[in-house]
Amino acid sequence: MPRTDTPAPPRVRPPRPRPGIPVGLLLPAALGLVLLTLPLIGLLARTPWADLPRRLTEPGVLTALRLSLLTATLATLFCLLLGVPLAWLLARVRFPGRRLVRALVTVPLVLPPVVGGVALLLVFGRRGLLGGWLDATFGITLPFTTAGVVLAEAFVAMPFLVIAVEGALRGADQRYEEAAATLGAGRWTTFTHVTVPLVAPGLAAGAVLCWARALGEFGATITFAGNYPGRTQTMPLAVYLALETDLEAAVVLSLILLTVSVAILAALRDRWITSP
Amino acid sequence: MRRVRVALAGAAVAALVAGCGGDPAGGPAGASGGVTGTVSVFAAASLTESFTRIGRDFEAAHPGTTVVFNFAGSSALATQINQGAPADVFASAAALTMATVTEAGNADGTPATFTRNQLVIAVPAGNPKGITGLADLADRGVKVALCADQVPCGAAARSALDAASVALTPVTLEQDVKGALSKVTLGEVDAALVYRTDARAAAAKVTGVEFPESARAVTDYPIVALRDAPNPAGGRAFVEYVRSGRGQAVLAEAGFQAP
Repeated sequence: MPRTDTPAPPRVRPPRPRPGIPVGLLLPAALGLVLLTLPLIGLLARTPWADLPRRLTEPGVLTALRLSLLTATLATLFCLLLGVPLAWLLARVRFPGRRLVRALVTVPLVLPPVVGGVALLLVFGRRGLLGGWLDATFGITLPFTTAGVVLAEAFVAMPFLVIAVEGALRGADQRYEEAAATLGAGRWTTFTHVTVPLVAPGLAAGAVLCWARALGEFGATITFAGNYPGRTQTMPLAVYLALETDLEAAVVLSLILLTVSVAILAALRDRWITSP
Repeated sequence: MRRVRVALAGAAVAALVAGCGGDPAGGPAGASGGVTGTVSVFAAASLTESFTRIGRDFEAAHPGTTVVFNFAGSSALATQINQGAPADVFASAAALTMATVTEAGNADGTPATFTRNQLVIAVPAGNPKGITGLADLADRGVKVALCADQVPCGAAARSALDAASVALTPVTLEQDVKGALSKVTLGEVDAALVYRTDARAAAAKVTGVEFPESARAVTDYPIVALRDAPNPAGGRAFVEYVRSGRGQAVLAEAGFQAP
Protein backbone atom coordinates (compact mmCIF):
# COMPACT_ATOMS: atom_id res chain seq x y z
CA MET A 1 0.00 0.00 0.00
CA PRO A 2 1.41 3.32 -0.95
CA ARG A 3 1.97 5.48 2.02
CA THR A 4 0.79 8.60 0.31
CA ASP A 5 -0.91 9.19 -2.95
CA THR A 6 0.64 12.53 -3.52
CA PRO A 7 4.18 13.39 -2.78
CA ALA A 8 4.66 15.78 0.04
CA PRO A 9 5.10 19.33 -1.12
CA PRO A 10 8.68 20.49 -1.05
CA ARG A 11 9.35 21.95 2.30
CA VAL A 12 10.09 25.60 1.99
CA ARG A 13 11.15 27.37 5.11
CA PRO A 14 9.55 30.73 5.45
CA PRO A 15 12.33 33.31 5.60
CA ARG A 16 12.66 34.02 9.26
CA PRO A 17 14.05 37.37 10.34
CA ARG A 18 17.48 36.74 11.84
CA PRO A 19 17.35 38.01 15.35
CA GLY A 20 20.01 40.55 16.09
CA ILE A 21 22.54 39.71 18.76
CA PRO A 22 21.49 41.46 21.93
CA VAL A 23 24.04 44.01 23.10
CA GLY A 24 23.45 42.80 26.63
CA LEU A 25 25.12 39.52 25.64
CA LEU A 26 27.59 40.73 23.06
CA LEU A 27 29.28 43.31 25.25
CA PRO A 28 30.08 41.06 28.22
CA ALA A 29 31.04 38.27 25.81
CA ALA A 30 33.53 40.53 24.08
CA LEU A 31 34.89 41.75 27.42
CA GLY A 32 35.22 38.16 28.59
CA LEU A 33 37.20 37.27 25.51
CA VAL A 34 39.45 40.29 25.99
CA LEU A 35 40.07 39.33 29.62
CA LEU A 36 41.06 35.82 28.59
CA THR A 37 43.26 36.76 25.65
CA LEU A 38 44.90 40.01 26.76
CA PRO A 39 47.50 38.29 29.00
CA LEU A 40 48.36 36.03 26.08
CA ILE A 41 48.97 39.10 23.93
CA GLY A 42 51.16 40.46 26.72
CA LEU A 43 53.23 37.28 26.55
CA LEU A 44 53.50 37.47 22.78
CA ALA A 45 54.53 41.11 22.94
CA ARG A 46 57.43 40.30 25.25
CA THR A 47 58.62 37.23 23.35
CA PRO A 48 62.19 37.49 22.04
CA TRP A 49 61.39 35.87 18.70
CA ALA A 50 64.96 35.82 17.41
CA ASP A 51 65.97 33.88 20.48
CA LEU A 52 63.25 31.29 20.17
CA PRO A 53 65.04 28.54 18.20
CA ARG A 54 68.08 28.68 20.50
CA ARG A 55 65.91 28.43 23.63
CA LEU A 56 63.95 25.55 22.17
CA THR A 57 67.05 23.47 21.65
CA GLU A 58 68.35 23.96 25.19
CA PRO A 59 68.37 20.45 26.64
CA GLY A 60 66.55 21.31 29.86
CA VAL A 61 63.58 22.72 27.99
CA LEU A 62 62.78 19.59 26.00
CA THR A 63 63.29 17.43 29.09
CA ALA A 64 60.76 19.49 31.03
CA LEU A 65 58.33 19.54 28.10
CA ARG A 66 58.54 15.78 27.63
CA LEU A 67 58.03 15.20 31.33
CA SER A 68 55.04 17.56 31.36
CA LEU A 69 53.33 15.81 28.43
CA LEU A 70 54.08 12.37 29.87
CA THR A 71 52.85 13.09 33.39
CA ALA A 72 49.74 14.99 32.24
CA THR A 73 48.79 12.10 29.96
CA LEU A 74 49.40 9.46 32.63
CA ALA A 75 47.46 11.55 35.14
CA THR A 76 44.54 11.78 32.69
CA LEU A 77 44.54 8.01 32.12
CA PHE A 78 44.63 7.49 35.88
CA CYS A 79 41.73 9.91 36.28
CA LEU A 80 39.72 8.13 33.55
CA LEU A 81 40.30 4.80 35.23
CA LEU A 82 39.01 6.00 38.61
CA GLY A 83 36.99 9.08 37.71
CA VAL A 84 34.55 7.60 35.18
CA PRO A 85 33.29 4.90 37.56
CA LEU A 86 33.02 7.53 40.27
CA ALA A 87 31.00 9.79 37.98
CA TRP A 88 28.77 6.85 37.05
CA LEU A 89 28.20 6.08 40.71
CA LEU A 90 27.25 9.68 41.42
CA ALA A 91 24.93 9.93 38.42
CA ARG A 92 23.23 6.52 38.45
CA VAL A 93 23.21 5.08 41.93
CA ARG A 94 21.19 6.43 44.81
CA PHE A 95 22.99 5.93 48.05
CA PRO A 96 22.96 7.69 51.40
CA GLY A 97 25.45 10.53 51.56
CA ARG A 98 25.59 10.99 47.81
CA ARG A 99 25.41 14.77 48.11
CA LEU A 100 28.28 14.73 50.57
CA VAL A 101 30.35 12.56 48.25
CA ARG A 102 29.62 14.92 45.39
CA ALA A 103 30.80 17.85 47.49
CA LEU A 104 33.93 15.95 48.51
CA VAL A 105 34.79 15.36 44.86
CA THR A 106 35.06 19.11 44.35
CA VAL A 107 37.39 19.64 47.33
CA PRO A 108 40.55 19.74 45.16
CA LEU A 109 38.93 22.54 43.14
CA VAL A 110 38.63 24.86 46.12
CA LEU A 111 41.77 23.75 47.91
CA PRO A 112 44.80 25.91 47.05
CA PRO A 113 47.06 23.48 45.14
CA VAL A 114 49.95 24.03 47.57
CA VAL A 115 47.71 22.92 50.41
CA GLY A 116 46.78 19.92 48.27
CA GLY A 117 50.49 19.15 47.98
CA VAL A 118 50.97 19.36 51.74
CA ALA A 119 47.91 17.17 52.26
CA LEU A 120 49.35 14.59 49.86
CA LEU A 121 52.62 14.66 51.82
CA LEU A 122 50.71 14.10 55.05
CA VAL A 123 49.23 10.94 53.53
CA PHE A 124 51.90 9.61 51.17
CA GLY A 125 55.02 11.20 52.69
CA ARG A 126 57.61 9.30 54.70
CA ARG A 127 55.79 10.11 57.93
CA GLY A 128 52.39 10.15 56.26
CA LEU A 129 49.32 8.07 57.08
CA LEU A 130 50.02 5.57 54.29
CA GLY A 131 53.51 6.57 53.15
CA GLY A 132 55.42 4.71 55.85
CA TRP A 133 53.40 1.54 55.28
CA LEU A 134 53.77 1.77 51.49
CA ASP A 135 57.51 2.13 51.89
CA ALA A 136 57.89 -0.68 54.42
CA THR A 137 55.58 -3.13 52.64
CA PHE A 138 56.13 -2.46 48.94
CA GLY A 139 59.20 -0.24 48.92
CA ILE A 140 57.16 2.48 47.23
CA THR A 141 58.03 6.10 47.93
CA LEU A 142 56.08 8.75 46.05
CA PRO A 143 57.51 12.16 47.04
CA PHE A 144 60.28 13.38 44.73
CA THR A 145 59.42 10.82 42.04
CA THR A 146 57.74 11.09 38.62
CA ALA A 147 54.93 8.91 39.99
CA GLY A 148 54.50 11.57 42.65
CA VAL A 149 54.05 14.20 39.92
CA VAL A 150 51.36 12.06 38.29
CA LEU A 151 49.58 11.61 41.62
CA ALA A 152 49.67 15.34 42.40
CA GLU A 153 48.36 16.21 38.94
CA ALA A 154 45.63 13.57 39.14
CA PHE A 155 44.52 14.86 42.54
CA VAL A 156 44.11 18.38 41.23
CA ALA A 157 42.66 17.48 37.82
CA MET A 158 40.24 14.63 38.57
CA PRO A 159 37.30 16.82 39.66
CA PHE A 160 37.18 18.35 36.18
CA LEU A 161 36.73 14.89 34.67
CA VAL A 162 34.23 13.65 37.24
CA ILE A 163 32.04 16.75 37.02
CA ALA A 164 32.02 16.72 33.19
CA VAL A 165 31.24 13.00 32.95
CA GLU A 166 28.61 13.12 35.67
CA GLY A 167 26.91 15.98 33.86
CA ALA A 168 26.95 14.03 30.60
CA LEU A 169 25.55 10.93 32.31
CA ARG A 170 22.71 12.87 33.87
CA GLY A 171 21.89 14.42 30.52
CA ALA A 172 21.97 11.08 28.68
CA ASP A 173 18.74 9.27 27.92
CA GLN A 174 18.56 6.31 30.29
CA ARG A 175 16.05 4.48 28.08
CA TYR A 176 18.92 3.23 25.90
CA GLU A 177 20.44 1.56 28.93
CA GLU A 178 17.05 0.14 29.90
CA ALA A 179 16.55 -1.16 26.37
CA ALA A 180 19.95 -2.82 26.43
CA ALA A 181 19.08 -4.44 29.75
CA THR A 182 15.76 -5.67 28.35
CA LEU A 183 17.62 -7.24 25.46
CA GLY A 184 19.68 -9.20 27.93
CA ALA A 185 22.83 -7.16 28.27
CA GLY A 186 24.50 -7.34 31.65
CA ARG A 187 25.22 -4.16 33.59
CA TRP A 188 28.89 -4.21 32.62
CA THR A 189 28.13 -4.75 28.93
CA THR A 190 25.51 -2.04 29.08
CA PHE A 191 28.06 0.30 30.64
CA THR A 192 30.81 -0.37 28.11
CA HIS A 193 28.65 -0.72 24.99
CA VAL A 194 25.82 1.71 25.60
CA THR A 195 26.57 4.18 28.38
CA VAL A 196 30.16 5.05 27.47
CA PRO A 197 29.45 5.66 23.75
CA LEU A 198 26.41 7.68 24.75
CA VAL A 199 28.44 10.07 26.87
CA ALA A 200 31.54 10.01 24.68
CA PRO A 201 31.49 13.76 23.91
CA GLY A 202 31.20 14.64 27.59
CA LEU A 203 33.86 12.08 28.40
CA ALA A 204 36.23 13.56 25.83
CA ALA A 205 35.55 17.10 27.01
CA GLY A 206 36.21 16.06 30.60
CA ALA A 207 39.41 14.27 29.66
CA VAL A 208 40.64 17.31 27.74
CA LEU A 209 39.90 19.62 30.68
CA CYS A 210 41.57 17.17 33.01
CA TRP A 211 44.66 16.95 30.80
CA ALA A 212 44.91 20.72 30.44
CA ARG A 213 44.64 21.23 34.19
CA ALA A 214 47.27 18.54 34.83
CA LEU A 215 49.60 20.13 32.28
CA GLY A 216 49.49 23.51 34.00
CA GLU A 217 49.74 22.11 37.53
CA PHE A 218 52.30 23.88 39.70
CA GLY A 219 51.56 24.18 43.41
CA ALA A 220 50.72 20.61 44.36
CA THR A 221 53.53 19.29 42.17
CA ILE A 222 56.33 21.39 43.63
CA THR A 223 55.09 20.78 47.16
CA PHE A 224 54.55 17.05 46.90
CA ALA A 225 57.04 15.94 44.23
CA GLY A 226 59.64 18.68 44.55
CA ASN A 227 61.62 20.06 41.66
CA TYR A 228 64.39 18.05 40.03
CA PRO A 229 65.26 18.30 36.33
CA GLY A 230 64.32 15.20 34.36
CA ARG A 231 62.45 13.60 37.25
CA THR A 232 59.93 16.02 38.66
CA GLN A 233 60.59 19.37 36.98
CA THR A 234 57.62 19.94 34.69
CA MET A 235 57.28 22.99 32.44
CA PRO A 236 55.34 25.15 34.93
CA LEU A 237 58.10 24.56 37.51
CA ALA A 238 60.79 25.40 34.95
CA VAL A 239 58.89 28.57 34.05
CA TYR A 240 58.64 29.62 37.67
CA LEU A 241 62.35 29.17 38.30
CA ALA A 242 63.29 30.89 35.04
CA LEU A 243 61.24 33.83 36.28
CA GLU A 244 63.67 34.22 39.19
CA THR A 245 66.52 35.19 36.91
CA ASP A 246 65.35 35.79 33.37
CA LEU A 247 61.90 37.10 32.47
CA GLU A 248 62.42 36.47 28.74
CA ALA A 249 63.38 32.85 29.30
CA ALA A 250 60.22 32.41 31.36
CA VAL A 251 58.13 33.99 28.60
CA VAL A 252 59.66 31.69 25.99
CA LEU A 253 59.06 28.59 28.12
CA SER A 254 55.45 29.63 28.73
CA LEU A 255 54.94 30.15 25.03
CA ILE A 256 56.34 26.71 24.20
CA LEU A 257 54.01 25.09 26.72
CA LEU A 258 51.06 27.09 25.39
CA THR A 259 51.78 26.32 21.74
CA VAL A 260 52.21 22.61 22.30
CA SER A 261 49.12 22.28 24.47
CA VAL A 262 46.91 24.36 22.17
CA ALA A 263 48.10 22.35 19.16
CA ILE A 264 47.35 19.05 20.87
CA LEU A 265 43.97 20.24 22.12
CA ALA A 266 43.00 21.54 18.67
CA ALA A 267 44.00 18.25 17.06
CA LEU A 268 42.06 16.22 19.59
CA ARG A 269 39.05 18.43 19.35
CA ASP A 270 38.75 17.92 15.61
CA ARG A 271 39.08 14.23 16.03
CA TRP A 272 37.08 13.39 19.11
CA ILE A 273 34.71 16.13 19.86
CA THR A 274 32.17 16.76 17.16
CA SER A 275 31.72 20.45 17.04
CA PRO A 276 29.02 22.04 14.92
CA MET B 1 51.55 29.89 46.40
CA ARG B 2 54.09 32.61 46.38
CA ARG B 3 52.73 34.05 43.20
CA VAL B 4 49.30 34.38 44.72
CA ARG B 5 50.69 35.81 47.93
CA VAL B 6 52.78 38.28 46.01
CA ALA B 7 49.83 39.37 43.90
CA LEU B 8 47.60 39.80 46.92
CA ALA B 9 50.25 41.63 48.89
CA GLY B 10 50.95 43.86 45.92
CA ALA B 11 47.27 44.65 45.52
CA ALA B 12 46.94 45.36 49.22
CA VAL B 13 49.92 47.69 49.18
CA ALA B 14 48.64 49.44 46.07
CA ALA B 15 45.23 49.92 47.67
CA LEU B 16 46.72 51.25 50.88
CA VAL B 17 49.05 53.60 49.08
CA ALA B 18 46.26 54.82 46.83
CA GLY B 19 44.07 55.41 49.88
CA CYS B 20 46.88 57.30 51.53
CA GLY B 21 47.39 59.57 48.54
CA GLY B 22 44.20 61.45 49.36
CA ASP B 23 45.33 62.01 52.93
CA PRO B 24 46.80 65.50 53.30
CA ALA B 25 49.07 64.26 56.11
CA GLY B 26 50.26 61.37 54.01
CA GLY B 27 52.96 63.22 52.15
CA PRO B 28 56.55 63.77 53.10
CA ALA B 29 55.86 67.42 53.87
CA GLY B 30 54.10 66.45 57.11
CA ALA B 31 53.92 68.56 60.22
CA SER B 32 57.12 69.71 61.92
CA GLY B 33 59.27 68.41 59.04
CA GLY B 34 59.07 64.94 60.57
CA VAL B 35 58.16 61.67 58.96
CA THR B 36 54.49 60.76 58.63
CA GLY B 37 52.16 58.72 56.50
CA THR B 38 52.45 55.26 55.09
CA VAL B 39 55.83 53.76 54.33
CA SER B 40 55.71 50.85 51.85
CA VAL B 41 58.55 48.43 52.30
CA PHE B 42 59.21 45.63 49.79
CA ALA B 43 61.39 43.11 51.60
CA ALA B 44 62.81 39.64 50.96
CA ALA B 45 60.80 36.78 52.46
CA SER B 46 63.66 35.85 54.82
CA LEU B 47 63.25 39.24 56.53
CA THR B 48 59.58 38.62 57.42
CA GLU B 49 59.97 38.11 61.17
CA SER B 50 62.68 40.71 61.86
CA PHE B 51 61.29 43.45 59.61
CA THR B 52 57.82 43.06 61.07
CA ARG B 53 59.34 43.82 64.47
CA ILE B 54 61.47 46.65 63.12
CA GLY B 55 58.36 48.09 61.46
CA ARG B 56 56.52 48.18 64.78
CA ASP B 57 59.50 49.83 66.48
CA PHE B 58 59.74 52.37 63.67
CA GLU B 59 56.06 53.28 64.03
CA ALA B 60 56.58 53.79 67.75
CA ALA B 61 59.63 55.96 67.12
CA HIS B 62 57.81 58.02 64.47
CA PRO B 63 54.22 58.55 65.62
CA GLY B 64 51.85 59.07 62.71
CA THR B 65 53.59 56.59 60.46
CA THR B 66 52.34 53.23 59.28
CA VAL B 67 54.71 50.70 57.79
CA VAL B 68 53.20 48.39 55.19
CA PHE B 69 55.20 45.35 54.08
CA ASN B 70 55.21 43.32 50.93
CA PHE B 71 57.25 40.20 51.70
CA ALA B 72 58.14 37.91 48.80
CA GLY B 73 61.06 36.46 46.91
CA SER B 74 63.57 39.20 46.09
CA SER B 75 63.33 38.71 42.34
CA ALA B 76 59.53 38.86 42.35
CA LEU B 77 59.74 42.13 44.30
CA ALA B 78 62.34 43.54 41.92
CA THR B 79 60.03 42.72 38.99
CA GLN B 80 57.13 44.46 40.72
CA ILE B 81 59.23 47.56 41.43
CA ASN B 82 60.57 47.70 37.89
CA GLN B 83 57.00 47.38 36.60
CA GLY B 84 56.00 50.44 38.60
CA ALA B 85 54.66 49.16 41.91
CA PRO B 86 54.43 52.04 44.41
CA ALA B 87 57.12 51.32 47.01
CA ASP B 88 59.37 53.45 49.20
CA VAL B 89 62.00 50.92 50.23
CA PHE B 90 63.44 47.75 48.74
CA ALA B 91 65.38 45.30 50.92
CA SER B 92 66.76 42.41 48.88
CA ALA B 93 68.36 39.11 49.84
CA ALA B 94 70.73 39.28 46.88
CA ALA B 95 73.01 41.93 45.43
CA LEU B 96 72.25 40.62 41.95
CA THR B 97 68.52 41.24 42.36
CA MET B 98 69.17 44.70 43.74
CA ALA B 99 71.28 45.40 40.65
CA THR B 100 68.24 44.91 38.38
CA VAL B 101 66.49 47.73 40.28
CA THR B 102 69.47 50.10 40.26
CA GLU B 103 70.19 49.40 36.61
CA ALA B 104 66.60 50.23 35.72
CA GLY B 105 67.17 53.59 37.41
CA ASN B 106 64.62 52.96 40.13
CA ALA B 107 66.86 53.42 43.19
CA ASP B 108 67.31 56.71 45.02
CA GLY B 109 71.02 56.63 45.85
CA THR B 110 73.33 53.67 46.24
CA PRO B 111 72.17 50.50 48.00
CA ALA B 112 73.88 49.73 51.29
CA THR B 113 74.51 46.28 52.74
CA PHE B 114 72.59 46.33 56.03
CA THR B 115 72.99 42.72 57.14
CA ARG B 116 74.39 39.33 56.18
CA ASN B 117 73.13 35.80 56.38
CA GLN B 118 74.90 32.45 56.37
CA LEU B 119 73.84 28.92 55.56
CA VAL B 120 73.38 26.13 58.08
CA ILE B 121 72.34 22.51 57.61
CA ALA B 122 68.75 22.22 58.79
CA VAL B 123 67.99 18.75 60.16
CA PRO B 124 64.91 17.45 62.00
CA ALA B 125 64.98 18.31 65.72
CA GLY B 126 67.42 16.07 67.54
CA ASN B 127 69.42 15.36 64.37
CA PRO B 128 68.39 11.69 63.99
CA LYS B 129 70.92 11.00 61.22
CA GLY B 130 73.78 12.51 63.22
CA ILE B 131 74.81 14.99 60.54
CA THR B 132 77.83 17.07 61.49
CA GLY B 133 79.01 18.59 58.24
CA LEU B 134 78.55 18.91 54.49
CA ALA B 135 80.38 15.64 53.78
CA ASP B 136 77.64 13.71 55.62
CA LEU B 137 75.07 15.01 53.11
CA ALA B 138 76.70 13.02 50.30
CA ASP B 139 75.89 9.71 52.04
CA ARG B 140 73.58 7.52 50.02
CA GLY B 141 70.96 7.17 52.72
CA VAL B 142 70.60 10.91 53.27
CA LYS B 143 67.88 12.77 51.39
CA VAL B 144 68.78 16.41 50.86
CA ALA B 145 66.74 19.41 49.70
CA LEU B 146 68.56 22.40 48.24
CA CYS B 147 67.30 25.66 46.81
CA ALA B 148 67.43 25.89 43.01
CA ASP B 149 70.52 27.58 41.59
CA GLN B 150 68.38 30.45 40.29
CA VAL B 151 67.45 31.69 43.79
CA PRO B 152 69.93 33.25 46.25
CA CYS B 153 69.95 30.42 48.78
CA GLY B 154 70.67 27.95 45.98
CA ALA B 155 73.57 29.99 44.65
CA ALA B 156 74.98 30.19 48.19
CA ALA B 157 74.54 26.43 48.67
CA ARG B 158 76.37 25.80 45.41
CA SER B 159 79.32 27.97 46.53
CA ALA B 160 79.48 26.26 49.91
CA LEU B 161 79.39 22.76 48.40
CA ASP B 162 82.05 23.73 45.87
CA ALA B 163 84.21 25.17 48.65
CA ALA B 164 83.90 21.88 50.53
CA SER B 165 84.40 19.81 47.34
CA VAL B 166 81.24 17.88 48.16
CA ALA B 167 79.24 16.50 45.26
CA LEU B 168 75.71 15.47 46.15
CA THR B 169 72.48 14.72 44.37
CA PRO B 170 69.58 16.41 46.12
CA VAL B 171 66.10 14.92 45.80
CA THR B 172 64.64 18.34 45.10
CA LEU B 173 65.70 21.88 44.13
CA GLU B 174 63.20 24.12 45.88
CA GLN B 175 61.89 27.43 44.62
CA ASP B 176 62.79 29.26 47.83
CA VAL B 177 64.39 28.74 51.19
CA LYS B 178 61.07 28.29 52.99
CA GLY B 179 60.23 25.48 50.58
CA ALA B 180 63.49 23.69 51.42
CA LEU B 181 62.89 24.22 55.13
CA SER B 182 59.33 22.87 54.98
CA LYS B 183 60.62 19.63 53.45
CA VAL B 184 62.64 19.20 56.67
CA THR B 185 59.82 20.17 59.03
CA LEU B 186 57.52 17.72 57.24
CA GLY B 187 60.17 15.01 57.60
CA GLU B 188 60.41 14.32 53.86
CA VAL B 189 64.14 14.98 53.70
CA ASP B 190 66.93 14.38 56.20
CA ALA B 191 68.64 17.71 55.65
CA ALA B 192 68.44 20.98 53.76
CA LEU B 193 70.76 23.93 53.33
CA VAL B 194 68.89 27.00 54.58
CA TYR B 195 69.79 30.34 56.13
CA ARG B 196 70.67 30.37 59.80
CA THR B 197 67.77 32.77 60.40
CA ASP B 198 65.26 30.37 58.84
CA ALA B 199 66.52 27.47 60.95
CA ARG B 200 66.31 29.63 64.06
CA ALA B 201 62.76 30.74 63.26
CA ALA B 202 61.74 27.06 63.05
CA ALA B 203 63.76 26.04 66.11
CA ALA B 204 60.88 23.99 67.54
CA LYS B 205 61.10 21.45 64.72
CA VAL B 206 64.51 21.99 63.20
CA THR B 207 68.09 21.95 64.42
CA GLY B 208 70.62 24.10 62.60
CA VAL B 209 74.02 22.46 62.15
CA GLU B 210 76.79 25.00 61.54
CA PHE B 211 79.54 24.14 59.08
CA PRO B 212 82.80 25.99 58.35
CA GLU B 213 82.35 26.29 54.58
CA SER B 214 79.30 28.53 55.01
CA ALA B 215 81.76 31.39 55.64
CA ARG B 216 82.64 31.05 51.96
CA ALA B 217 79.07 31.67 50.89
CA VAL B 218 77.83 34.63 52.88
CA THR B 219 74.76 36.39 51.48
CA ASP B 220 74.71 40.19 51.60
CA TYR B 221 71.38 41.97 52.03
CA PRO B 222 71.28 45.41 50.37
CA ILE B 223 68.63 48.04 51.12
CA VAL B 224 67.76 51.23 49.24
CA ALA B 225 65.13 53.97 49.13
CA LEU B 226 63.33 54.09 45.80
CA ARG B 227 63.19 56.89 43.27
CA ASP B 228 59.47 57.05 42.49
CA ALA B 229 58.58 56.65 46.14
CA PRO B 230 55.14 57.90 47.23
CA ASN B 231 56.73 58.81 50.57
CA PRO B 232 60.43 59.54 49.97
CA ALA B 233 61.15 61.00 53.43
CA GLY B 234 59.48 58.01 55.09
CA GLY B 235 61.48 55.62 52.94
CA ARG B 236 64.80 57.24 53.77
CA ALA B 237 63.93 57.32 57.47
CA PHE B 238 63.09 53.62 57.41
CA VAL B 239 66.39 52.74 55.72
CA GLU B 240 68.20 54.80 58.35
CA TYR B 241 66.31 53.06 61.14
CA VAL B 242 67.15 49.58 59.84
CA ARG B 243 70.84 50.48 59.75
CA SER B 244 70.72 52.08 63.22
CA GLY B 245 71.66 50.26 66.40
CA ARG B 246 68.05 49.42 67.22
CA GLY B 247 67.37 47.89 63.82
CA GLN B 248 70.62 45.94 63.91
CA ALA B 249 69.81 44.57 67.35
CA VAL B 250 66.58 43.03 66.07
CA LEU B 251 68.38 41.50 63.09
CA ALA B 252 71.15 40.09 65.29
CA GLU B 253 68.58 38.48 67.54
CA ALA B 254 67.06 36.71 64.53
CA GLY B 255 70.46 35.25 63.63
CA PHE B 256 71.64 37.78 61.05
CA GLN B 257 75.22 39.01 61.09
CA ALA B 258 76.37 42.62 61.12
CA PRO B 259 77.48 43.90 57.69
